[in-house]
Amino acid sequence: MPQDSGTRTLISQAQLERGRGRIIYWTLLAVVVVGFTLVFIGPLYWMVTGALKSGQEIAQTPPSLFPKDPQPQNYVDAWHNLDLAKLLFNTFYYATGAVLFQLVLDTAAAYSLSKLRPVFGNAILGLMLATLMIPAMVLIVPQYVTVIDLPILHLNLLDSPFAIWLPLVANAFNIFLLKRFFDSIPEDLMAAAFVDGATPLRTLWSIILPMSRPILGVVSIFAVTAVWKDFLWPKLVMPSPETRTVSVGIYAFAGGTPMNVVIAASVIAAIPTVVIFLIFQRNIMSGLTTGSLKG
Amino acid sequence: MAITTVPGTTRQPGRPEPPYPTSRRRTSLGRKVRDNLSGHTFLIGAVVCFAVFSWYPMVRGIVMSFQRTRRGETTWVGWDNYARIIADPSFWTAWKNTFYFTFLALVLGYAVPFFVAILLNEFRHARGYLRILVYLPVMLPPASALFLFKFYAYDPSEAGLFNAVLAALHLPTSEWMQSPGMTMPAMVLASTWMNMGSAVLIYLAALQNIPGELYEAAELDGAGIWRRIRHVTIPQTRLILALLAMMQIVATMQLFIEPLILANGAGTGDSATSVAYLIYQHGFFQNDLNGAAALGVIMLVVLAGFSAVYVRLTAKQD
Repeated sequence: MPQDSGTRTLISQAQLERGRGRIIYWTLLAVVVVGFTLVFIGPLYWMVTGALKSGQEIAQTPPSLFPKDPQPQNYVDAWHNLDLAKLLFNTFYYATGAVLFQLVLDTAAAYSLSKLRPVFGNAILGLMLATLMIPAMVLIVPQYVTVIDLPILHLNLLDSPFAIWLPLVANAFNIFLLKRFFDSIPEDLMAAAFVDGATPLRTLWSIILPMSRPILGVVSIFAVTAVWKDFLWPKLVMPSPETRTVSVGIYAFAGGTPMNVVIAASVIAAIPTVVIFLIFQRNIMSGLTTGSLKG
Repeated sequence: MAITTVPGTTRQPGRPEPPYPTSRRRTSLGRKVRDNLSGHTFLIGAVVCFAVFSWYPMVRGIVMSFQRTRRGETTWVGWDNYARIIADPSFWTAWKNTFYFTFLALVLGYAVPFFVAILLNEFRHARGYLRILVYLPVMLPPASALFLFKFYAYDPSEAGLFNAVLAALHLPTSEWMQSPGMTMPAMVLASTWMNMGSAVLIYLAALQNIPGELYEAAELDGAGIWRRIRHVTIPQTRLILALLAMMQIVATMQLFIEPLILANGAGTGDSATSVAYLIYQHGFFQNDLNGAAALGVIMLVVLAGFSAVYVRLTAKQD
């Protein structure tokens, strides 16, 4: 990690390099690396290999470390019986839409609040940030009632992807992250663009957005993982088997399916987020900490 | 995901002023009018979404809790929904369970990430690897991770991972989710494993903001490691510590998916029923959306109480 080499922490570099300190340091490091690998990767190994075991092998005591007679068939069964292709496609579709809606609407709103600063802008921002204080479970019932009978329009959004996309736009954390980033872009650039006759849309498109790629990346990644991990909301608003997300689909099948097949399906469902994490881990971690630390 | 913002916690004193004027006086009247018009145009999409899916449901939830809708007819019923929900035999059990979970999660899930972060911050090697490990479970869909715990870890026979390890160490095995006494600790364990990564990373970032001179000075004064943690690390990170405690209380009080998947909802002898699960039960199984809304309002009031305590405590410290 870059910025912390050379910075003094709890224990000084010198102490760690001296005889006894060095031995303790390396012992502790080895214990932690092995221990953490067991604690955090171990269960995943158990999951992937467990799904390869036969029903008989799963029930045996003590459990076997390696599947004796690997049954890739479990994964194939999971794929076909649960129609995972359909479930994964649905989830992917909702995630893509969520990213687009959040990028367009939240970026526009944050740009407006940061740079155009219309009348009542601060009041609106305050009301948006206030929603961070409301626990999701408290809103679940009235939100559901709203979605099945939209005010004024009287539309029912059940089984419509808009029931996932639109509520996700109301994400105060995105607005905060984006606005804070836009705030750091010099006002002079805005003034220069105005003198050149650029419209606010043009300024956003040609000046602000190209400078904001990192933060747009963070917002997108969080949008995808939020949709992939969410459970209760998609379960409520996507009741038909054809529109389910992958987590909800696996849950719906868990009752009547052999458990090694359920676990195989869980493994498949987890692959996309794990891959996203391994590719974008730097962005994810920096987004997580900038959002929470630097006001 | 439990991420919140801490306005101003680490604002460095004496951060230089931006070199450009930030006042609006410099902008011309023409630009002002135009910015206002387009400003509202840019805002409208997000504002409509907030209005329809956040602000309005908040009000609607409170209104609904005083109404009853039956066969399409809505009438005002005063406190009836509250009376009915409190009379539910599961009501107090659910609160007791939820508080117990929150308490256990604070003991385990709150202290552990802090010390893990302190430990990780001392290492000069394998830093990236350890961070990825700790955060990996956060990225798993909770349903996937919980099925893993349910079927492979918490199997009550010795075929389960935990019991196999316990048996190998000649320790007594447990029935896990099938024994009412173990239900909550088992759920806290699973929940901590899934969620601690974000807290660890947030603490790590906070630890890196502690000026090294403070440790040096403390060491020169003869303070050992524990005293340095107590008198430098903890005071320097106390705002983050307080904030994450608050966020964790709010998150754990909404305990839902763990009982739903690990304990099939209520668990053995109602040992897993949580308040959030009760909201779900009333709203979507017992066809009592008004009662569920009332329970939601009760939950909001309780959590607002916690927030008020938090605000008072942190305000006093400053």
